[in-house]
Parts: sequence; structure tokens; C-alpha cells
Amino acid sequence: MSIINENMTSKEMLGILVDKNMEDARKAKARGELVCWSSSIAPCEFTETMGICTIYPENYAAVLAAKKLAPEFLEHAERKGYANDICGYARINLGYMDLKKELDEIEFPLPDLVLLCNNICETLLKWYENIAYELNIPLLIVDVPYNHGDEVTEENIKYVESQLYDIIHQLELICKKPFDMDKFQEVMKIASDNATAWYGATSLCSAVPSPLSGFDMFNYMALIVCMRGKKECGVTFKKLKAELEEKIKRGEGGLKGVEEKHRIMWDGIACWPYLSHTYKVLKNKGANMTGSTYPSAWALEYTPGNLYEMAKAYTGMGNNLSLKGQTDLRKGIIKETKCNGVVMHLNRSCKMCDFLQYEIGKELQDSMDIPITTFDGDQADPRNYSEAQYETRIEALVEMMEQKSR
Amino acid sequence: MEINNIIDYLVKSADSPEKTIKESCKKNNKEAVGWVAPYAPEEIVYAANCIPVGIWGGQVELTKARIYLPAFACSIMQSIMEYETRGTYDFLKAVLIPAVCDTLKCFGQKWKGTCKAIPFVFPQNREAKSAEAFLESEYKYIKEKLEEILGITITEKALEDSIVLYNDYRSEMRRFVEIASNRTDIITPLIRHKIIKASYFMDKKDYLEYIKELNKRLRLMPANRSKNKRIVVTGIMLEPDGVIEYFEKYGMDIVGDDLAHESRQFRTDAPFSGRSLNSLAKRWTSHSACSLAFDPYKERIQYLVDLVNHHNADGLVIALMKFCDPEEYDVPIIMDRMKKENIPLQVIEIDQQAKSFEQINTRLQSFAENI
Repeated sequence: MSIINENMTSKEMLGILVDKNMEDARKAKARGELVCWSSSIAPCEFTETMGICTIYPENYAAVLAAKKLAPEFLEHAERKGYANDICGYARINLGYMDLKKELDEIEFPLPDLVLLCNNICETLLKWYENIAYELNIPLLIVDVPYNHGDEVTEENIKYVESQLYDIIHQLELICKKPFDMDKFQEVMKIASDNATAWYGATSLCSAVPSPLSGFDMFNYMALIVCMRGKKECGVTFKKLKAELEEKIKRGEGGLKGVEEKHRIMWDGIACWPYLSHTYKVLKNKGANMTGSTYPSAWALEYTPGNLYEMAKAYTGMGNNLSLKGQTDLRKGIIKETKCNGVVMHLNRSCKMCDFLQYEIGKELQDSMDIPITTFDGDQADPRNYSEAQYETRIEALVEMMEQKSR
Repeated sequence: MEINNIIDYLVKSADSPEKTIKESCKKNNKEAVGWVAPYAPEEIVYAANCIPVGIWGGQVELTKARIYLPAFACSIMQSIMEYETRGTYDFLKAVLIPAVCDTLKCFGQKWKGTCKAIPFVFPQNREAKSAEAFLESEYKYIKEKLEEILGITITEKALEDSIVLYNDYRSEMRRFVEIASNRTDIITPLIRHKIIKASYFMDKKDYLEYIKELNKRLRLMPANRSKNKRIVVTGIMLEPDGVIEYFEKYGMDIVGDDLAHESRQFRTDAPFSGRSLNSLAKRWTSHSACSLAFDPYKERIQYLVDLVNHHNADGLVIALMKFCDPEEYDVPIIMDRMKKENIPLQVIEIDQQAKSFEQINTRLQSFAENI
């Protein structure tokens, strides 16, 4: 019997499911079952089919950062010798792992295997190498080559597809049981449906006013990251979609108690240690984040059973596109979600998010005549953010947006 | 040619990259094609009758680069970006850019020079059977792009000859670093570095002749009985020269290295496979113990221990490229292991833009005193 039901709000479902996912992992660990740590847009379909409890260090690091619990782990990692410019999620996770590895019962259980897919960044390669080496556990990898050209090539897809078959074989050896192809088919259908449901709900931000604040979307993201292979995830997003459609009918916006005057695209990862500050400064100006790259990031749609299509979906996601692909993606988001300004997070933790920002920003300004601001921040390390700078930059952006709308 | 003349020639070649490249092109009637650090299939460029030029930045003050890259991009890419914007590389016919890290993925998309950029990817899951086929397709793409830009055809025969030459070069270089490790009175740290560096600007055929001659002559000399400390260096690169001078100042010889700029270039040969591009792909899939090639068993760590032991070295120095993720992740693990092995270790930060090296001075001085 499911622990959520139709009478619950999507927010209630979200809270229950996120807690349950972690609780399941802890119970699995206590029972001696396998726990897997996975990167956030890796093919969870495989571990789900094998019944391996899969949890996500990026998600947990964001949770710790948002709860302002990150410094202990960041500092521990730095004392171990990790440079302070390494990804904050990685430092939190590696610090956590090192501090907790001798303990029996911990909130985020240590893994028996890891699964990584570098379609979002190359940092994961080194990060997961270190986890696997330090804990002496198997590492499964789906290496997704960067699409340096404007097309996702056949060769790229075939290389990724062949690794998906390798994963099946590796999991059979690790789990000492055959891979259940019927269950796999079922899980693929669930994951693909969930991806559609996620996109279906979050893309409603295109309504004016948007029924959802982009910052609320950041919260729902936990579910698509952690439970994409489970039915309850889709149930929640369908519920969210229904709720948002109701709000659209009522003309109700996503900013609590404030009228939506401006619509911005947020470029980059959330600034988790200052989520509330980044949200409130925008909200106070009547600015809602209606656009971001997140809705499409998990829109991994493919025909269940078709590993070629699955490989293509994992390969062609936003972060893995060429400069032109990434720019076009943002142009589409700005148009669809009717944004009139862009906030770019110059995220000290994420080189992949940052190093094309100048070129993307320039092209957006040149071709769409849209005002843009950037701010210095970090997805997890609270030391790399200045409230005053953010406030000033947003103020300037809003002024520019107001001028343009006159 | 006398040994001193060979050394002088190679050192001068390394010190004047543009002059060396232009002279090499003129002498051999070739064009120059660049490739951005750390790795590229130089053999394809060579088979296109061009001189492959390694692009590893340099000591330059940043002005325009800051527009295009945040301050936390690695120091080597900052320098390259600065040179790009100044037109330094515009005499090249094309430039190959490998996407081995997040910085280079982006870098390949934003080349500011006037010559064509050819970005490409190395597969990282090198144990996957399909990795070779994928890399062959990337190399085919590079080959076709070069053919298009240069208006030529790269024949299988030219590729085969190029691979033979490069394997010969690599084997001779391995011999060089081995012999040099016991001739440190002549092959001082700075000379060793520059001899290796000269290879990036010369026609490999010519360079190989010099190295063969140098090896022949060095081998005839007795192993030196230097009282200096014997050091192994690991990292991306050991530059600027000012940093290497401190090794000399404090009586530390560099007897072995695991630098991407130096020994990692010639550690792995291209095996014979009957198809040139496949041979080149196999070279990458068999390249090991490198921070830039996915290394799930961290073979690099054992490799470093073995390298230190092989050279009977007194210590290991990590020349840590500022803001280089792949290298930074290995540091804590190297630190742990060296501690267990009782191998003295020092970490110095490499910043190509640095003008003074006080911190490095202090660290190397205390390291030399304590080992």
C-alpha cells in the first residue's frame, strides 16, 4: 500500500516521499542490503530494477547546505587536502563520508556501490573515483561524451548505449542474480512517465502569472532526482500539475502574497545556503523565477525497452550540449516561460555552469535584447556569497526590466 | 655535434617557441597545427604534413582573458585564453581542443583565435569495449576536419609512418629521462624541463635526431655522484622557470616525473592494430595512472610510489595547477598514501600568472632541509 494518497497535497506527498526514500536506504543498509550512491541524472532504471536502494549525494549535500550544516563537512574535506575550489557538493559528500565511515547508523548511509553518469559534469568522474577508492567498492559508470558539435552524433549514442548493456552485466555480477528484463521494462515506463509528469507540471510556469515559484520548483526537484524510478514520484507531479492548473484558473500566482510583475530565468544551480535570501529579494521586487533549465534536465523521455533512445535521452540533456545547443535551450526557455530578465549564478562550485556564461549571456542580449545580471555565489559553500552584492545586482536588473517594459 | 651544443640548441628552441615553430615549418615546408593541453592525437596532425604544436600557456599578464573566464578557471587556460585574444596563435592552421575536463569542454566552444578550432572528446570509460570505436570516430572527425581545412588527403600510409615515428620518439624520450636521472650534473632540472619542452615546437623527426644523439652521448658519460636530493615531480606541469630554479637553488635534482607536460606524453605507445586510427584509439584506452584519464583504481597512486622507489628518490613534489579539478581530487589520496609509505611529500601551487614565488621558495627550502 502506498504511503501517499490522492487526498494529500503535492507538498505533503513531497515531504513524505523524500523522508521515506532516506528511511528506506537506512533500513536497507541495516538489513545488509546494497545501497548505491548515484549522480543526479544517471540511469536509475538499472539499480531500481535490481532493487538496490539508490540515494543521491548531490541532493543530500544540497539539503545539508540549505540547513546550514555544510561548513563542518566542507572544512573536514579541506583539512583532508581537498582544495576549496572543488565542487561544494563533492567536498560536503567526501567530508561526510570520511567523518561518518566508522559510524554504524548514519542519516545518509554509506554506499556498497556507486553509479555515475558524467552527462552533467566531468567533476563526477574524479569525485566518484575517490568514493570508490576510499571505500573499496564497485564503481559503475555511464560515460557520456560531451556533444562538442551541434548534433548528438550516432557514435556518441552507440557508445553510451553499449555501456548500458555493460551496466546490466556488472549489476548481475554484483547482485549475484539475473537482471529481470520484465521488471526493467516496467521501471523504464515508470521513469519515462515520471519525466513526462515532471516536465508537465514544471512547464506550467509559462502561464501568466506563473502558478509556481521557481524556488518551489527547486524543492520539488528533490523528488525527480531521488525517486525518478518510483511510481509515487509521478503521482506527486500529476497532483502538482492539477493544483497548478487550478491556480491558473483562479489567476493565482506563485509568489506568496505578492503580485508577479517580472519574470526571470534563473541560469544555474540554486544557491542553497541562501535559498531564502535569493528568493525573498526577487519576491520583494515582484520578480518570479519562471524559467530555468531544470524542467528539461529530467525530461528524459524514451520508449520503454528501447536502450538506444534511452542512451540518446541521457546524452542529449542540457548540460551536455554545445555552446549553440545550450544557448538555443535558454532562448527556448525564455520564450516559453515569457521571461523579461535573466539572473546568472556565477557558481564558484560549478565550472561547467560558469565557463560558457559570458558567451551565452552575450548571445541572449544580442539576439533577444533581454537584460541580464550575474552574481557570485555557490551551490553549497556559504563563504562564496554576498547578500549585498546580490541585492544590488537584482535591483539593477529590475530597473533594467522596468525600463524595457515602459 | 657536441653534447653542449645539442643541449643549447634544445634549450633555445624551448625558450623561443614562435621562432622555433616558424623555423621548423620553413625548413620542412610544413604548416603548423596547434593542440591544447593535455593530450591530442598529434600523429594525425603530423600525417597531414603539419607540425603539431603543443599549447600549454605561459607566463603572461591577464588583461582580456578576464572577460571570458572567471578568476577561478585554471591558470593554464587563463594564459591560453590571453594568448588567443592577443592573436598569438593566429599563424596556426587549426587547433585541436580535447574535452577532458569541464574547463576544456567549455574552452573548445569558445576559441577566440582566427584559426579553426576542432574540439573533440576522449571517452573516459576506457574499459568499455565500445570506447575504442567511439574514439576512432572522433579521430576520423579530426582527420576529416584537417583535410577540409588544409585541402589535403591524409593517407593511411602517412598515418602509419607517423605512428612509427611517434612510437620511436616516445621510446627515445623514456630512455632520455632514465639516463638523465643519473646525469643530473649536466641535465639539471631546468635543462631537463627545456629539453622535453622543445619537443612541442619542433618537427618530431628533427627533434628525435637530437634526442637520439643526446642519449648516445649521455650514456657514454659516467653516472654522476651528486649529493643533491633526488626528487620526483607529479602534476600537470612544472613552470614557470622561476619555480624550477628553486629546485636547483636548494640542491634538489628532478630524477623522474609524472607531469602531463612531460613524461605522461611519452609513457604510452600506440600499439599495432592494422588500422591507424584504431592504433591511436588503443593508445588512449591503454594510457594509465593519469589524473585526466578516468582511473577507478587510482593506479596513479601506486605508480607514484613505484616511480619514487624506482629512482631511489628522497621525496615527491606535487606541482598542483591552480584550479585544476582533476589534479586537486587526487591530492588527499596521494597525501594519505605517501604518509603510509613514509615518502616525504610537498605540495606547491602552479600559477602561470605568478610573478613572485615566495611561498614556493619557502616550501621548497623547508622540504629540502627536511628530507
